[in-house]
Parts: sequence; structure tokens; C-alpha cells
Amino acid sequence: MSFDIPADRRYQESHEWTLETDGVVRVGITDFAQDELGDVVFVELPDEGDDVVRDEEFGVIESIKAVSDLYAPVSGEVVAVNEDLFDTPELVNDDPFGDGWMLEIEPAEEDELEALLTDEEYEDQIA
Amino acid sequence: MPLQTPPLRGVHDDYGAKFTEFGGWDMPVEFESIRDEHVAVREDAGKFDVSHMGEIHVTGPDSTRLMQRLTSNDVAALEVGDSQYAAITDEDGTIIDDTVIYRLPDEDGTATYLFVPNAGTDEAMHERWITHRNEWDLEATVDNMTDEYAMFAVQGPNAASLLGDVVEESIADLSRFEARYATIAGVECWTARTGYTGEDGFEFVVPWNDAETVWSAFDCKPCGLGARDTLRIEAGFLLAGQDFDRESNPRNPYEARIGFAVKLETDFVGRDALERVHEEGVEEKLVGIKLIDRGVPRHGYDITNTDSRVIGTVTSGTMSPTLESPIGLGYVPVEYADPGTTLRVVVRGQSKKARVETIPFIDTV
Repeated sequence: MSFDIPADRRYQESHEWTLETDGVVRVGITDFAQDELGDVVFVELPDEGDDVVRDEEFGVIESIKAVSDLYAPVSGEVVAVNEDLFDTPELVNDDPFGDGWMLEIEPAEEDELEALLTDEEYEDQIA
Repeated sequence: MPLQTPPLRGVHDDYGAKFTEFGGWDMPVEFESIRDEHVAVREDAGKFDVSHMGEIHVTGPDSTRLMQRLTSNDVAALEVGDSQYAAITDEDGTIIDDTVIYRLPDEDGTATYLFVPNAGTDEAMHERWITHRNEWDLEATVDNMTDEYAMFAVQGPNAASLLGDVVEESIADLSRFEARYATIAGVECWTARTGYTGEDGFEFVVPWNDAETVWSAFDCKPCGLGARDTLRIEAGFLLAGQDFDRESNPRNPYEARIGFAVKLETDFVGRDALERVHEEGVEEKLVGIKLIDRGVPRHGYDITNTDSRVIGTVTSGTMSPTLESPIGLGYVPVEYADPGTTLRVVVRGQSKKARVETIPFIDTV
């Protein structure tokens, strides 16, 4: 089985991806992670304006069979939340790197992104 | 202790199944998608490998007396080719296990039974049968055949028509809970119109070495234990070790709403205790719960009343693929057990509004 691992992102060991655009970091979970979870039925996310802390839980994702915590890849303020996931959580399965995104964070420290895994490093991790 | 593996472990692995430990067995939990597998069974047909279920064979002049004494239902009412659901209870009426008992064709002129204990309980049940046989000085042979048989289920509204092409003898005339030997791809299998999904369907006890031949003869979607769980929760069926557990969640059959499988006019271990429970009534019982707020009830979550007082525990829960609602099973005091009663389920510290629902959650056969 092979999984999508887009090269334009950085990855966290706990299977979240990040994509920085104009100083805002978008966060979701990887193709590998959604496949491991199976059919996603519920996503719990913070509110806009909340602060998240790197490596700490920012939310919960539930599939039919499992409950998993979501971990923030960077610290900062939540500036956008993908509310489509509340009614259609299966977007995480269908399009994990696109419509299945979860949060946008305005990072408190730019260089936290640097500490994350590259696509190649992440590929090694899940191999 | 290493996990036991079903005969088709490799076949399922090649197919791309994901596995889980269940009752000491390494079983497929999901082939492609639990939701798709669930829908296939509700709308069409699906096949399950349930080889983790035990098979215990009981025969001999006193076989009926032995079965009658160790199970809650009326075994003497079974004719050849009948089956029944029963509880196996302790002296105090606590459910140790639940099972389906099949009456096989007589052997050496004596009534012969096959009963199916849950995953991982076959050795304990085998030992229980032997111990009681010896204690009561009964003449019966008890064999644990769990490692000699695979077990499959084909379930869904189209199961009967699909199997019509596969099984040599007609099985369409079998009523619910009737069974007989039938031939599939040249393999003789004990074939019963039973299941654990709430749909029409059949279960097959298959010689271990012929498992692949029979499995591949069934032309329908392979389904894992994940879908089996969501299907049985919708149908309100109990899961041993979860909805009752001798140690962690001791329940009697009346609390667990399987009083229909208790025949007090028969003499079995636990009967006297259960007669008292039957007369006095239960203090708690199993209810269906639907969450009104967003969230999914899971095993072990607290159930509270509207004043936030803990009154019970969720024993099983899931997002129902059929209803697209979060549903669960749990025990509450009887004063909270009427359908429509408003309750709360505590999901990760948050109190979620919930309502008692009628079980089963869906229409079943």
C-alpha cells in the first residue's frame, strides 16, 4: 500500500501535516493516518481565537473503531477552523490534504516549522 | 501468549485486511471500510470470518441432561436441526457466557449438540462441562472442536438468494434458527439460519482444512469484526466481555434483556437465583441510548441523569452507519429505562444530551 505524501508540506510524527502560506499554517492529518483510522465519523476542533501549543492536543478525531487525539505541530492562535468537517467528517478520508484540512494557525514562532519532518523523513517513518 | 489465528489469516492479509486482537484471536477487523461493509450487509449481503467463535460437541446418553443443567434455555425442546440462544449462568444467576446451541443429528442413538461459546471462552466452557459432568456422574462426551472448525457467516437481505447458487441442497426453506448439513463446493458444512447482524442470513461450521474452498465460494463483500460490531449494536445484541462480564460487569439475563432465553421450568445452574430476580424485578437494565448532541458514546463512558449524577455506564457505542446517529447500549436504574427518557453521556468530560431509545435501533428479522 502506498500513501500520498505531498512534498510541499512538513510533517509531524503523530501524523499531522502542515502547509505554510503567507505566514499562516494550515494543519490536517495525513493519508496514512486517515487510512489507519478508517471511516471518520467525528471531529472535535478548537474555536477560532483559541491558542494551541506545539505537541499538545488540539482536538479529537473519531472513526467508527477508534478515538485519537490530534496534536498541534506548531504553537499559535487558531485563525480558521474547517467547519465543514462537523457535518461531513468523511472529507478527512476522501481528501486528507485538501478539503479535509482542520485548522489554520498563526504561528507564535516561525522556526517551529523547521523542526518538523520533511516528506522524505515522514515517508521513512511510516515505511 | 501468542494469538490464535483463523485458517484464513493469510488469505485475509493478502486481501489487504486490517487485523485486531479479539478474545485471544488475530482477526480481520476491516477489509476496506467498516461503513461500506456495514451497508453491504444491510442492503445486499456480506461474508464474515468468525472462526474465533468456539465449537463444543456434546453427545452421549446424558447429553441433554448436561446441556439442560448448564444453559438457561430449554434444551429438551430442541429437535434435530433446531437451535436456540441461551445464557450460561453461575450459581448466583450471573451470565458467564452466551451461546447458540445446535442439535446435530443423533450419534449412536443419542442426542448430540454443538454449542458455540464466545471467542476465548471455549476452554473454560469445555472445562465447566467436564467438571459438572463428573460431579453429577453423567454419561456424556464433551469435545472442544474449536481448532477443528472454521466458522463463517453470510448475512444480508440477499444472502438466501446468493447462497441458492452456491449450496447444493436447498436451504431457502430453513426457518430462523433451523439448521442442517449442506454442501458448499463439495464441502459438507453445518448450515444454520442464524446470525448476529439483525439481517436474514446463515452461519456455517466448516472443517478447518476446507475453509478457503468454502470462503471463496461465497460471492459477496468480505466484512470484518468492525462491521460485525456496528451491525450488532444497531440490532441490540450483546457482546460478551463488554455488555456483560462476569468480573467487570456482572449481569443477570433479566438485566441484560435476554429473559426470553431463561426457562425457569427447567433445572439449571443459576435457576433458583434467577427465579428470585424474576419475582423481585431488577434494579437496573440495559437500554439503548442515542446521543442528541454531537459526539460518540463509547465503552466505559459515564451515563448521568439531567442533574449530572452518575447513574450508569455505556457498555457499547458507535456511530450508527444506518441511522447516521451516535448510539450505544448501557445499564441504568429502571426508573430511567423508559424510551424517551432524557439522560446525559459524559464524553471526554463534556456532558452530552442523550435519550433512551427502543432496542433494536433498527428493524430486524
